[in-house]
Amino acid sequence: MELFNNLIFGFSVALTWQNLWFCFIGCFLGTLIGVLPGIGPLATIAMLLPITFNLPPVAALIMLAGIYYGAQYGGSTTAILVNLPGETSAVVTCIDGYQMARQGRAGPALAIAAVGSFFAGTVCTLIIALFGPPLAELALKFGAPEYFSLMLMGLVAAAVLAQGDMIKSLTMVAMGLLLGIVGTDVNSGMARYSFGIAELTDGIGFIVIAVGVFAIGEIIGNLGQPDESTVFTAEIKGLMPTINDLKISAAPIMRGTLIGAFFGVLPGTGPAIASFSSYMVEKKLAKDPSRFGKGAIEGVAGPESANNADAQCKFIPMLTLGIPASAVMALMLGALTIQGIAPGPQVMTQKPDLFWGLVASMWIGNLMLVILNLPMVGMWVQLLKVPYRLLFPAIMAFSCIGIYSVNNSSMELYLTALFGVIGFFWMKTDCPPAPMLLGFVLGPLMEENLRRALLISRGDPSVFVTRPISLGFVIATVLIIIVMGLPAIRAKRSAITDVAS
Amino acid sequence: MKGSLLDNKDFLSGLHFLFFGGIGWWMARDYPFGSALRMGPGYFPTVLSVIMLIAGVWFVIKGIRAHDPVGGNWSLRALIVLPISTILFGWLMEESGFVAAMVALCFVSAASGRGFKWLEVTLLTIGLTVTCAAGFIYGLGLPYPMIKGVWGY
Repeated sequence: MELFNNLIFGFSVALTWQNLWFCFIGCFLGTLIGVLPGIGPLATIAMLLPITFNLPPVAALIMLAGIYYGAQYGGSTTAILVNLPGETSAVVTCIDGYQMARQGRAGPALAIAAVGSFFAGTVCTLIIALFGPPLAELALKFGAPEYFSLMLMGLVAAAVLAQGDMIKSLTMVAMGLLLGIVGTDVNSGMARYSFGIAELTDGIGFIVIAVGVFAIGEIIGNLGQPDESTVFTAEIKGLMPTINDLKISAAPIMRGTLIGAFFGVLPGTGPAIASFSSYMVEKKLAKDPSRFGKGAIEGVAGPESANNADAQCKFIPMLTLGIPASAVMALMLGALTIQGIAPGPQVMTQKPDLFWGLVASMWIGNLMLVILNLPMVGMWVQLLKVPYRLLFPAIMAFSCIGIYSVNNSSMELYLTALFGVIGFFWMKTDCPPAPMLLGFVLGPLMEENLRRALLISRGDPSVFVTRPISLGFVIATVLIIIVMGLPAIRAKRSAITDVAS
Repeated sequence: MKGSLLDNKDFLSGLHFLFFGGIGWWMARDYPFGSALRMGPGYFPTVLSVIMLIAGVWFVIKGIRAHDPVGGNWSLRALIVLPISTILFGWLMEESGFVAAMVALCFVSAASGRGFKWLEVTLLTIGLTVTCAAGFIYGLGLPYPMIKGVWGY
């Protein structure tokens, strides 16, 4: 069985002391920032990107991935205990999780969330292992036209399926593509949009944009909001769910996993949509829907499995096709690029240790998270007492040192400050930064593939619709736009995203 | 009642799309456009800039027709002070070394929030400077002098 050989190889990579250690650091940091409301996985990963430069690629990716799925775990802890979603994906968990805590059943709620997430994590590890290799193999046959159409589809889908104004998201993609152009053109050697600044001829650093928009912009926004102090009173007695709890939760966990995996592969859909859909499904299927909102354990089990499944399956398009499905995945691609690894289907054949090691580490990480979260839950909640005014200067310090360390250049810090201001402006005017980041990452690749495709076809743009695979992507792109543009679907979508956000 | 255009989400985002698209288009005029067969370095940027200009017009009109106010406040204090702390850090790293840069960063960034307490910020600064020096400079071996320039040697 090739699958088992591959998985065993993966575990042999992931189980080295170094990788185990970085997996642990990632899960630990992930839980930490998941619990803290002011800082999310995006800002943390952006902040730590420069540091990963000094690590081997496998260890770097294992750690960053741990931060990502660890944050989903941590977010649910505070949702259940203090009705405060540490991450947006945990909003749904608040509804019934917090009610359970108020009824003195915080322990079972936390335990079932952990069990559900672990189950989802295990299933998704298998899904990635099963579907990753054939997908990558297919993608290896792609030429420039196919790649261009695929990237177009990924970008359009990410923009259109995301929350908010569709046209604004698409324009932000264009913004990202334009920002990605800054620097020296590979084909002509011409410096574009460099404003005579020497540093800009190398392009705007990926880290500069990520930290500026997602860390500094975010902090400015947080500082504008009134202080909120959380009072934690709930006591946790007895973590064990009853046999009945487990019986009721088994089916929601499985359904949640499937729903999450489905949304996970789609670009642009955040974990909030997956967990919300799972909640709605459980409520519809329940014999007595009125229990929901009053501490129904299914309302915790389903969504928690769904958001973890979503988080992990987001890795599939990133690892196999080199197409990021979300902003976090764009950061992961950035991490690969920093390491000098060109993202794409060839990663799996050229760097099998990276792919399989990461996949195996996700399962190990999920196990670590159960151990980290359940017995130590009291300690995590104490962290909520750390005031934000002590936290954000520390975030600033790590971010600034990190950025400076990339090129030892002050110019990068000036640019970061600029992007902090722009990022804050985007936040205030509902311009989603995630599609911009995807555009920025894919921009240079897209231009390159567009040029090559047109060169092959001697300038005939019909090349994108005469090659069958490329035609498929183009049709899919058009369909996505049409379907999401339909008034009925638009209304439904905004209803879902409104509740989710 | 219609609110001010300066407090209008769509109008403001439209303006900034026009701004970026405008700069993009203006500068791309200097880059050879080429043909579809051999695209010049100006081809892709021009297309993108035009898309942004069109979207900019669209949102400006949309904003004028329907008022969707910007929620919350502009947190002006943080908006001005926090970027300054970043710039100061960059400048002082080159001029005066790691310690001065960290002290400036911690104090100025802390001042961008509310509830600035001298003792607390001083302790935080010492803590962060020591931790980061230990972690980054001694731990990871980044080659930054602690003190340099006028105060150093």
